[in-house]
Amino acid sequence: MREEFFPTFDSGSVFVDPWLSGFESTFQVVLMGFFVCLACGVIGNFVVARRLALVGDAISHSLLPGIAIAFVFTSSHSLPAMLIGAAVAGVLTTVLIELIHRKSRVKPDAAIGIVFTTLFAVGVVVISIWLDNVHLDADCVLYGEIGLVPLRESFILSGANLGPLPIAIMGAVALLDILLVIVFYRVLLVTSFDAGLARSLGMPVNTTHYGLMIALALTIVAAFEAVGVVLVVAMLIFPAVTVGFFFERLPALLFGVAPLSLAYSLGGFHLARWLDCSIAGAMVVTAGALFVVAWFFGPKGGLIYRSRALGFLFATSKQKISPQIVG
Amino acid sequence: MKVLRTIPVFVLLVFFAFPALVHAARIGDVTDTDWGEQTFRFLSLRDAAVRNAVLGSVFMGVGCGLFGGYVVARRLALFGDTLSHAVLPGVALGFLWSRSKDPVAIFIGATVAGLLGTFVVAWIRKTTRVKEDSALGLVLSGFYAVGICILTVIQQMEFGNQSGIDKFLFGQAAALSSEDVSLMGVVAIGALMMVTLFNKELLVTSFDEGFARSVGVPVEFIRYVLLVGLTFAVVTSLQAVGVVLVSALLITPAATAYLLTDRMGTLLLLSALFGVAGGLLGSYGSFLGNNLPTGPFMVLACTSFFAIAFFCGPKHGLVSKWLRRRNRVRQVSLENTMKAAYQVLEAGDFAKESVTVGALAARRRTSVTEARREADDLVNAGFASMLGSDDPGPRYSQDARLSLTPAGWERACQIVRNHRLWELYLTNEVRYAADHVHEDAEKIEHVLGEKVVRHLERILKDPQRDPHGSVIPSLEDIERGSGLSTNPASATGYFQQN
Repeated sequence: MREEFFPTFDSGSVFVDPWLSGFESTFQVVLMGFFVCLACGVIGNFVVARRLALVGDAISHSLLPGIAIAFVFTSSHSLPAMLIGAAVAGVLTTVLIELIHRKSRVKPDAAIGIVFTTLFAVGVVVISIWLDNVHLDADCVLYGEIGLVPLRESFILSGANLGPLPIAIMGAVALLDILLVIVFYRVLLVTSFDAGLARSLGMPVNTTHYGLMIALALTIVAAFEAVGVVLVVAMLIFPAVTVGFFFERLPALLFGVAPLSLAYSLGGFHLARWLDCSIAGAMVVTAGALFVVAWFFGPKGGLIYRSRALGFLFATSKQKISPQIVG
Repeated sequence: MKVLRTIPVFVLLVFFAFPALVHAARIGDVTDTDWGEQTFRFLSLRDAAVRNAVLGSVFMGVGCGLFGGYVVARRLALFGDTLSHAVLPGVALGFLWSRSKDPVAIFIGATVAGLLGTFVVAWIRKTTRVKEDSALGLVLSGFYAVGICILTVIQQMEFGNQSGIDKFLFGQAAALSSEDVSLMGVVAIGALMMVTLFNKELLVTSFDEGFARSVGVPVEFIRYVLLVGLTFAVVTSLQAVGVVLVSALLITPAATAYLLTDRMGTLLLLSALFGVAGGLLGSYGSFLGNNLPTGPFMVLACTSFFAIAFFCGPKHGLVSKWLRRRNRVRQVSLENTMKAAYQVLEAGDFAKESVTVGALAARRRTSVTEARREADDLVNAGFASMLGSDDPGPRYSQDARLSLTPAGWERACQIVRNHRLWELYLTNEVRYAADHVHEDAEKIEHVLGEKVVRHLERILKDPQRDPHGSVIPSLEDIERGSGLSTNPASATGYFQQN
């Protein structure tokens, strides 16, 4: 039983030991975290640009009953069943939100709130009655079990062992997300930032929206076991917003996701190693810390660069030419 | 006066807030899951734990319901969700600090965390270009992650193991202590007091902030009062519903009430009622099984109320709207048939008392079968009667004869009168061309009210004929028509007099 909250910090045991003694499992956890952050971050850029951050939150909660019911029927981690369940739940969420919002006078924000809490409640009830800590722990739903990933069955493709199955799946999903973004880059860019222009150019605005939602749901399902439903939202929003303090153009925002994902994954793993707490939680805490750093020091709208007292330090020629008129 | 009237309610609430301290088994630990037995235990309020759960649900329903009314009116639903997730690190820290499940420490920690979260959202919004939804999402997940980290550490500590700290995630009403219930009671009373004292200010700032500012209402102050109250309500409800689902208790009961009423006062009352009912049903539901979480059951109970209101609400319900619409369509169709019957009679200079289905079909430009169906509808509604119904032959042919009852005659005259008055009004007063007025009159004839018709008559100086030269049925026609008998043999023969 531990007594103190903060164990004594020993850089050797926190940073070096896990890589020397248990390289394989350490590498697998970090890789899984990296893939989760990468996949979520790439999709998240568009989610943030379209102001769908809280819709992402709602969808990640409301996929739970689909996944839970798929568990009940197949009583295993069968990915196709989970995907079908999640897809049904995802479509149901969208349909219900639209129905409530269109057919009654309830405002969209309240409609989102009602639908996702209800579906999430159904999921929790299904888990606590039928699954009861056997296959899927209710708490695991909330913060994931990324530390257990190395223990899962291996994915073997034509004789070659490609590591634990969840990592292979997550990697495939990350790759798919990146490919989708590359292929549909123009459409995604224009529909996300100027839907009116996209429509006038004859781009399929609605199809793109639903396509993005499907990719989002797929990513959430794959990441859900590792980081849980609430922390998935963090992975969607934090990278895009943090990079936004350094760059403004979309390609830069997208490329910025990769180093941040590595930082989240490594930082989270070692923080959790030190405090001995939930790895997924620690990854998001790292993300939060990096966000605060960017918020203060980021060159694009960071607090220090904006402050008038310190402004002279960073004043560029452009700012000198057009001084801000303070009313 | 209003304050005086609410005093007895407060006294009652305070009385219930301090129940007798009886030690009893935790209902959540009971392994026996016999329905009848558990139901009896729940309803008889025999255990202190059951009493705490019931009282807690009532207070929580009142507190969350009242604040929820303003949350929905101000569109703060997703803000409420963020707030409820952001209190988690505070709960964990309060627990860590007191080294036990001390309600006061947790209350303080959670309140500080919730207010800090609110502040960070406002600060991000103020100093960066980050959009509101992203700002809410950042705070929601960031704070929540800190909470999860601390919680997972606590679970490894000696005092954290069997403390039931995990119950804060999904709620366990059975684990409510009497201190918890007292805190909830205080919040519920505070909410009631706030609503009574600041009724006017809350109302005006919720719906028209600019106006509120211009009449000198302290808008910012009211917003902070509401925010702090909301935080208290969320924090005290955590033990019963859990962090993840508290926002549902704020949103769903209030949204249900919003479907049923247009008045803020009624909305708040209904919202509190639905909150209480949802809370009670939820704690009952979780009580039926072994160690079931309470929160999801409360949410499902509240959502069922919402679903009922959504479909069957008297004013805005989907089913009610559909029924009203169907009635309306049916009414218009009946009125059109009656009008056609009148016009057929008129074309024959009112020489006959009855019309044939064939003539009706020709007039309505439909098939005989269709006209026949319409005539049957008219008969069923009591506006007409079929003649020669003993003989089944002609009944199904175009020669079947139909005569308007007094009520039918009256309505037919009214419709025709509305139609022709409106046409005359459009040509004479609005200067429409006479051949452009028919379409509009076709629609408006069904909805013109008595008052408007009287006004039209005054404007048009009691006209006799419409722009096309047809006679407008006068009031006397309508009245005398009501004396008509359904039997043509004994009819007054009013038409022949003209």
